[in-house]
Amino acid sequence: MNTRCSVRGGKRCSGVIYESSVVQCRCFRARKGGGSASLFCWEKGIHTSAAFRCILTNSTICPFFTWRVLFWFCRITMAGSFARILSSKRKVGILSLVGAGSLTVGFFMNREQHVSAGAHVRRIYPPSAEYPDLRKHNNCMASHMTPAIYAKLCDKSTPNGYTLDEAIQTGVDNPGHPFIKTVGMVAGDEESYEVFADIFNPVIKERHNGYHPCTMKHPTDLDSSKIRGGQFDDKYVLSSRVRTGRSIRGLSLPPACTRAERREVERVVVDALGGLRGDLTGKYFSLTQLTDQEQQQLIDDHFLFDKPVSPLLTCAGMARDWPDARGIWHNNEKTFLVWINEEDHTRVISMEKGGNMKRVFERFCRGLQEVERLIQEKGWEFMWNERLGYILTCPSNLGTGLRAGVHVTLPRLSKDPRFSKILDNLRLQKRGTGGVDTAAVGNTFDISNLDRLGQSEVQLVQTVIDGVAYLIECEKRLEKGQDIKIPAPISQFK
Amino acid sequence: MPFGNTHNNFKLNYKVEEEFPDLSKHNNHMAKVLTKEIYTKLRDKQTPTGFTVDDVIQTGVDNPGHPYIMTVGCVAGDEESYEVFKDLLDPIISDRHGGYKATDKHKTDLNFENLKGGDDLDPNYVLSSRVRTGRSIKGYALPPHNSRGERRAVEKLSVEALNILDGEFKGKYYPLKSMTDAEQEQLIADHFLFDKPISPLLLAAGMARDWPDARGIWHNENKTFLVWVNEEDHLRVISMQKGGNMKEVFRRFCVGLQKIEETFKKHNHGFMWNEHLGFVLTCPSNLGTGLRGGVHVKLPKLSTHAKFEEILTRLRLQKRGTGGVDTASVGGVFDISNADRLGSSEVEQVQCVVDGVKLMVEMEKKLEKGESIDSMIPAQK
Repeated sequence: MNTRCSVRGGKRCSGVIYESSVVQCRCFRARKGGGSASLFCWEKGIHTSAAFRCILTNSTICPFFTWRVLFWFCRITMAGSFARILSSKRKVGILSLVGAGSLTVGFFMNREQHVSAGAHVRRIYPPSAEYPDLRKHNNCMASHMTPAIYAKLCDKSTPNGYTLDEAIQTGVDNPGHPFIKTVGMVAGDEESYEVFADIFNPVIKERHNGYHPCTMKHPTDLDSSKIRGGQFDDKYVLSSRVRTGRSIRGLSLPPACTRAERREVERVVVDALGGLRGDLTGKYFSLTQLTDQEQQQLIDDHFLFDKPVSPLLTCAGMARDWPDARGIWHNNEKTFLVWINEEDHTRVISMEKGGNMKRVFERFCRGLQEVERLIQEKGWEFMWNERLGYILTCPSNLGTGLRAGVHVTLPRLSKDPRFSKILDNLRLQKRGTGGVDTAAVGNTFDISNLDRLGQSEVQLVQTVIDGVAYLIECEKRLEKGQDIKIPAPISQFK
Repeated sequence: MPFGNTHNNFKLNYKVEEEFPDLSKHNNHMAKVLTKEIYTKLRDKQTPTGFTVDDVIQTGVDNPGHPYIMTVGCVAGDEESYEVFKDLLDPIISDRHGGYKATDKHKTDLNFENLKGGDDLDPNYVLSSRVRTGRSIKGYALPPHNSRGERRAVEKLSVEALNILDGEFKGKYYPLKSMTDAEQEQLIADHFLFDKPISPLLLAAGMARDWPDARGIWHNENKTFLVWVNEEDHLRVISMQKGGNMKEVFRRFCVGLQKIEETFKKHNHGFMWNEHLGFVLTCPSNLGTGLRGGVHVKLPKLSTHAKFEEILTRLRLQKRGTGGVDTASVGGVFDISNADRLGSSEVEQVQCVVDGVKLMVEMEKKLEKGESIDSMIPAQK
């Protein structure tokens, strides 16, 4: 490969090889007689005899880095002016180029160190040798990853040290299903969405049906008093449920958190939940200390979650150290439930039998806002920003992270060939009563919102309520032998 | 590269008590040895490739173990792991390998001519013979920690080395990524194909990352010499054949290994080896020779004898079902192999198998005739 060789004064040399753990040029190695202890090159992430100490920044850099930064600087900043300088007054031009280059290097070196916070990414091979083979893959990450994006991001890390390879590992290990498109990447911390924006943004856009993370804003609205309707006939709606997730700002997410961080999440959340009163008063059950009796009770209530077996989650490292710092909290009435340190820091669920979605959502909002107030008292807050809404581990859960759904019996409508189209137009999705990837049992379906990002919680729950009302209307009409209509598609981003 | 492991320096912001794993319900070698003191001493260390003590122990933390089977509970990420984390790994090695001390030296002997006998095991009882070991390529990180680039480099170098082999060793490489259906069927029929690991012991250590990138199987035309590339170790080398001629299996094993090693040495990437630990492999249980030499042998009467387990222990052998580790025997046929790996040489271990199996077949014959075998029970080796 043609990389710049420090021995030959920065000229391109085909003799540069990557061997063992040192990047060196054959001529350099021959001259040095085997290479000796050397300085650390931040660009390559290894010790190399080619590195030198930059007098401007007093950091060690490698000639390879200098030239690359210089090139980049010239290209994107004052490319035009420099070209003119170069052509007219050659010597001055080159001197200013070098000067500007050193300043840039200094700037980037300092910036690099701030962003990396001491973490460097071990790089021995060039990005082309490390690029994953995604030819048989069908997930959002594989659809948008390119060698150029990989090369740009592969030696970056978040302040906590999370890297691109870690973020995409689950997508590399799980090629996907020909019919179901999985996301194929996760975030290790809040900063992942910034540092690796070049790959996260197109993935988010695809997954969230065209939401532009760079230009659009996500609305958050937890004012349940705005909900209209939402009290369904128990004959049709067997149960109602709203779930979301929340992450604690300042602590890494499940793919990357250390044991201490995970325990800190548990401590902060359990402490806050202990402050809930009234109908929200409840109790915490740590997975490490469950008695057999408690375990049986939680199973009977369908509350217990177990160690993830899905390779989508295990390949992302979310099951590490199981069951340390994992647990379940629920209120005494068993209508408000919080999972701690499963796929996200917290998963918050409000549910009850019957069709009173309005009350379920009211309790949901009240509980969430109360928990937020309690953690803020202790100086913590949830991860949130106006571009992506609530930050969660999987990009598919950004925004509201909200799935509001009902178990509804629709014996006639479900057999009507227009059923799928009706759901599509109402922006609803159906699942079996066992949850995602299960089949329906006896005409009872789990109907929930399709969208997560770009609309507020109130808007999404209203969509579900209006949609379910329409479905029940259709069912009633079919009962009476009347015809039904496919509704006009509702707009996605309001 | 380790997954889910934020850079070690960031983790040092937390105190030892906050980071130390909860091992109260654990039953593996790592959990028995690891203390807060050892963890405190090692937590700020890294090998040159960036492997940390948390990386070493992750598989043991995630897999508490079985009340009856003692798993190792830790892995090495590179050659230097055994040095940098010796305070943790030396006691584990000692527990696993019968008291092997930090100052002991391991003898390597791959001279097949030193094996006595082994060509006369009764084929009516001994159905097949097999010797396997592992090898790691110096200069590359091991399967728990290597990047895609490193794994591909190991594959490239290995295929180059194997393609040089000729004569009885002439063969072909089948990369898992681009196998045809026909090739896959054939490899399954030959019992050669290995699949993505499903054991949580391996998955938690990160060994199945990027599957099936840079993984493959090489075997010779005679189907008696087989090499697995990038499964649990860089290379797993297997020599096998039907019948009881262990001598021939071992000869082919030694000759093949030495030929492969020559090619790697030419590229300045010999095998990882040192005089204390012998051949360095991913799992500490495979250090030393990494050798498991065994036979599938019919012992329906002996296996039901009250003293069967004791006989095996005295002969320094272990039994497994014919499906391999953790399987049950079928039709009285057992997989009998050497129990030791570290502290004795390849020749010595295969000798144990040869002598031990010969004795057990004679015992079986005696039991068939209805005679007692009490006089034949050996002393502890």
